[in-house]
Amino acid sequence: MALDSKIPPGPIEKKWEYAKAHYKLVNPANKRKYDVIVVGAGLAGAAAAASMAELGYNVQCFVYHDSPRRAHSIAAQGGINAAKNYQNDGDSIYRLFYDTVKGGDYRSREANVYRLAELSVDIIDQAVAQGVPFAREYGGVLDNRSFGGVQVSRTFYARGQTGQQLLLGAFQALERQIGLGRVTMFPRHEMLDVVLVDGQAKGIVTRNLVTGAITSYAADAVVLATGGYANVFYLSTNAKASNATAIWRAYRRGAYFANPCYTQIHPTCIPQSGDFQSKLTLMSESLRNDGRIWVPKKAGDARRPDQIPEDERDYYLERKYPSYGNLAPRDIASRGAKEVCDEGKGVGASGRGVYLDFADAIKRIGRKVIEERYGNLFEMYQDITAEDPYVVPMRIYPAPHYVMGGLWVDYNLMSTIPGLYVGGEANFSDHGANRLGASALMQGLADGYFVLPVTVGDYLAGQLGKKVSADRPEFKQTQAEVEQRISKLVSAKGTRSVDSFHRELGNILWELCGMARTAEGLKKAITDIRTLRDQYWRDVRILGTNEEPNQALERAGRVADFFDLGELMCIDALHREESAGGHFRVEYQDKGEAKRNDDEFLYVGAWEFTGDNSAPSLHKEPLVYEELKLATRSYK
Amino acid sequence: MDLTLQVWRQASRTAEGKFVTYEAKDISPDASFLEMLDVVNERLTERGEQPIHFEHDCREGICGSCGMMINGIAHGPAGGTATCQLHMRHFKHGDEIRVEPWRARAFPIIKDLMVDRSPLDMIIQAGGFISVNTGSAVEANTLLIPKAVQDRSMDAAACIQCGACVAQCPNGAAQLFTSAKVAHLGLLPQGQPERYERVVRMVEIMEEHFGSCTMYGECEAVCPKEISIDFIARMNRDYIAAKFKNRKSEANG
Amino acid sequence: MTAAAPATTNVRASWLLGFWHSAIGKKAVMAVTGIFLFVWIFLHMAGNLKVYIGPEHYNAYAGFLITMGAPLLPAKGALYAVRALLLIAVWLHIQAATQLTLMNRRARPVGYANRDYVSAGYAARTMRWGGVIIVLFVIYHLLHLTFGTVHPDFIEHDVYHNFVTGFQVWWVSAFYIVANLALGMHLYHGLWSMFNSLGLSHDRFNSWKRGFATVFALVVTLANISFPIAVLIGVLR
Repeated sequence: MALDSKIPPGPIEKKWEYAKAHYKLVNPANKRKYDVIVVGAGLAGAAAAASMAELGYNVQCFVYHDSPRRAHSIAAQGGINAAKNYQNDGDSIYRLFYDTVKGGDYRSREANVYRLAELSVDIIDQAVAQGVPFAREYGGVLDNRSFGGVQVSRTFYARGQTGQQLLLGAFQALERQIGLGRVTMFPRHEMLDVVLVDGQAKGIVTRNLVTGAITSYAADAVVLATGGYANVFYLSTNAKASNATAIWRAYRRGAYFANPCYTQIHPTCIPQSGDFQSKLTLMSESLRNDGRIWVPKKAGDARRPDQIPEDERDYYLERKYPSYGNLAPRDIASRGAKEVCDEGKGVGASGRGVYLDFADAIKRIGRKVIEERYGNLFEMYQDITAEDPYVVPMRIYPAPHYVMGGLWVDYNLMSTIPGLYVGGEANFSDHGANRLGASALMQGLADGYFVLPVTVGDYLAGQLGKKVSADRPEFKQTQAEVEQRISKLVSAKGTRSVDSFHRELGNILWELCGMARTAEGLKKAITDIRTLRDQYWRDVRILGTNEEPNQALERAGRVADFFDLGELMCIDALHREESAGGHFRVEYQDKGEAKRNDDEFLYVGAWEFTGDNSAPSLHKEPLVYEELKLATRSYK
Repeated sequence: MDLTLQVWRQASRTAEGKFVTYEAKDISPDASFLEMLDVVNERLTERGEQPIHFEHDCREGICGSCGMMINGIAHGPAGGTATCQLHMRHFKHGDEIRVEPWRARAFPIIKDLMVDRSPLDMIIQAGGFISVNTGSAVEANTLLIPKAVQDRSMDAAACIQCGACVAQCPNGAAQLFTSAKVAHLGLLPQGQPERYERVVRMVEIMEEHFGSCTMYGECEAVCPKEISIDFIARMNRDYIAAKFKNRKSEANG
Repeated sequence: MTAAAPATTNVRASWLLGFWHSAIGKKAVMAVTGIFLFVWIFLHMAGNLKVYIGPEHYNAYAGFLITMGAPLLPAKGALYAVRALLLIAVWLHIQAATQLTLMNRRARPVGYANRDYVSAGYAARTMRWGGVIIVLFVIYHLLHLTFGTVHPDFIEHDVYHNFVTGFQVWWVSAFYIVANLALGMHLYHGLWSMFNSLGLSHDRFNSWKRGFATVFALVVTLANISFPIAVLIGVLR
């Protein structure tokens, strides 16, 4: 199938307007005749569910959490970008569009990114109207701060809890619609498959996480807003339950998976401190404004940091990138840390860490200013590590944080399965090969509040009178397959826990498909994953039954999908013989710098599932740059 | 370090529960309380026993999923932290730790340490929002909000809906949770049109499920976000004002 | 499309009853009646301080309470009016407390195997039992010094005599002291929490609330327990 991105005609700043003017509409009186399923209630899901309910559709919203307020959007600290130009510093929709495309290393779709920049201003208005307490200045107007990778102040924030506050805004809108009876909420329900009728998405199959009941739900359209898959690495900054099952099941039913190898490794996370570690904690990258990153020059130097004299320290980012220094972009800073640790210069017990040192900054501007700027982050660091970063340099190390890849969607956010829409981090997104800070919240909310409600309506307008019921054989068939898969997992009765496999899988991917990738390594990773997967299905141990709350079983299904997804990531990374953004192929570099190959790889790589025992087939959506000129990023 | 745990095990909502003793040996002081339970669970799985069920997700103290009574204190002895950010260095080698689920009529046990906190959502459904549809917002900076008001509202909005306030309250009251939302929205100019209707509707649902406030102050002491009980007074004030001033007639008079 | 209007509560309909039915309303009633009872207790204590000036003054004060409001009111008219108000206040206070206690018991049918208190002091935790002790004490106190029923040597209208001879029985005095300590604790928490029950909270005076409650609880308690002690050690005879 040829990929039709359905980009509207016309100049870039008129495309969204054109699209809205040409979407089919549903008569207000008819809207209540349509059922829409929304899976996930993070920023994209909750915003979409609430907004569609406001329009009059019957919405059913499914989450595996106990409440729609827990999705991992809540953990975003820094902020949300919007081209309001409140600071009069030359910002504009166009500049936000440009920064985002450039930040994504020219691997995103221009039209989508422009729309995202356009909608960013409406998001702030909407959030403020809902009561999101963004930081303000003394005059009562909204405050902004600057953020990585750009030269304007366009980031809106609510202390260190921007994601939480934005999610609460969407959550409250959703709860209002639940109270009004326009949204039926299904908490503690995990989507395990999507049901296709005549090739169109007409429902889902879920497992009730309390009773274990497997149930089918029918609707006129299905929206997936189920987040990203960075947990494929086991250790990531994502929430423990974040998983790829919903999008992976959709992939297996015919939705193409785009750019799975584009993963973002965030440079400033607290290093792993032991085998017990269950997740990694992000420290805001704003710390790099005042902190200096270094390692000892000598490999295996076990001295305390204060005993290492200045001339025996390697401030490697400042050395390699004199103009950007410690403020080099995320992907470069992350790779730098990995390199020095690979050379044996890493610090901390595990040897996987670099110093982020505030001693100079404290000397220069005083402890008090540092406290004002980063006090809460320093406290958090001390809570976790029991070290005082005012005295001892922080130790940081990169960690998987976000994925740019996801299900392929057209301009309307519809996947290659008609009637199946994908929003937020779950789709392959507007971020190309690398996401800029404070842009994930923006994208989730743009999709949820403003794009999906109209584009889903466009599809629904053609579905009047085509309602299906969950009694149809397609639902029974899908449900039977879901049940079979669960019983296969439960009956394996092996010897190893789900987590032990997940750790091992994560380790393979981290080593071979993490910050630096080689053809040889990726081939090995694919073999290793396949071997481990076979072992998994034979030897995984899940105690208890399906018919009860069973967290091991929940994890088992997710990890099973991570195996397949991890393999696809490696296949994608192997095929993309260039370096772009978060995807760094060691073979394709210019003295340590990513080397893009626009002649051969200026496309979105969308993979089609062809069966368990056959290779996925690649479809290319060429990226056409009409507005911006392709350029090479340099930070030296 | 080595610890002895006494953990509440209960197979389902209706099953009988009991405390079971587990030895947690060789625990790193750098591990979080939940990571300590992960280690125990891994060993239970090896032994063929079902792991202890507990809720968790973000493990960085913001999603509000986790929570348990640790030696009789919600979220444990450290204060100002969720269970996931409680580290084992707050305990000593050889400690006995008793772990219980939140207990309240409104929070029935689902399994082991997992409880159903859905009545908290019901309180939000009753009025914990500003009725504004997507698309009808005004330009954000047309609304000027004094920084102090904004900051206070943010203090209240920090609530993570973990339920520790209810769990710790000797009365099983949800006043701190409800009042935080009432204050978050009621302080802001956007929240004024529905301010009095909102508090009445939310309090009604709250009182259907939870106990009443007698100002023990326990909720504030265990709140991971250190939300102040002054918000409870504020909610009482709004509620009393709503009842006495007959707000609806203002528009009619 | 316009969303349906949210279901509104009919604020107009019998708001007083509705107010009483809500827990916050009951707490407000407890606060208001509590304030009334506290003012009465304070005046009662202040009046009794006259015992230190001498029998004549003290008995004259007692006589004044009977003729208070004259000539507009008949003898004991004002006194009975105050007593009626007191009865109503006590009844409302206890009724609300009982209903709220039952509500709170229902809110946690299964308790913790062990629980620790982080912030709640002894006073806050003993409000209910303290209240019961106070009620029992008040009944005894009325039978003892108002009606004389349980007084060993009760002389109508000679309150000074009744006062001194009453407290000369050591275990009666001990009971008074214990009960007044309970009252002090009750006031210590009650005077503080009534502000919150009535929604009185402001940065400007919040830091004074605790001090206010402490000072008045201390004054009332110290003055009240000074009476039996003064009799026992022979200051009053």
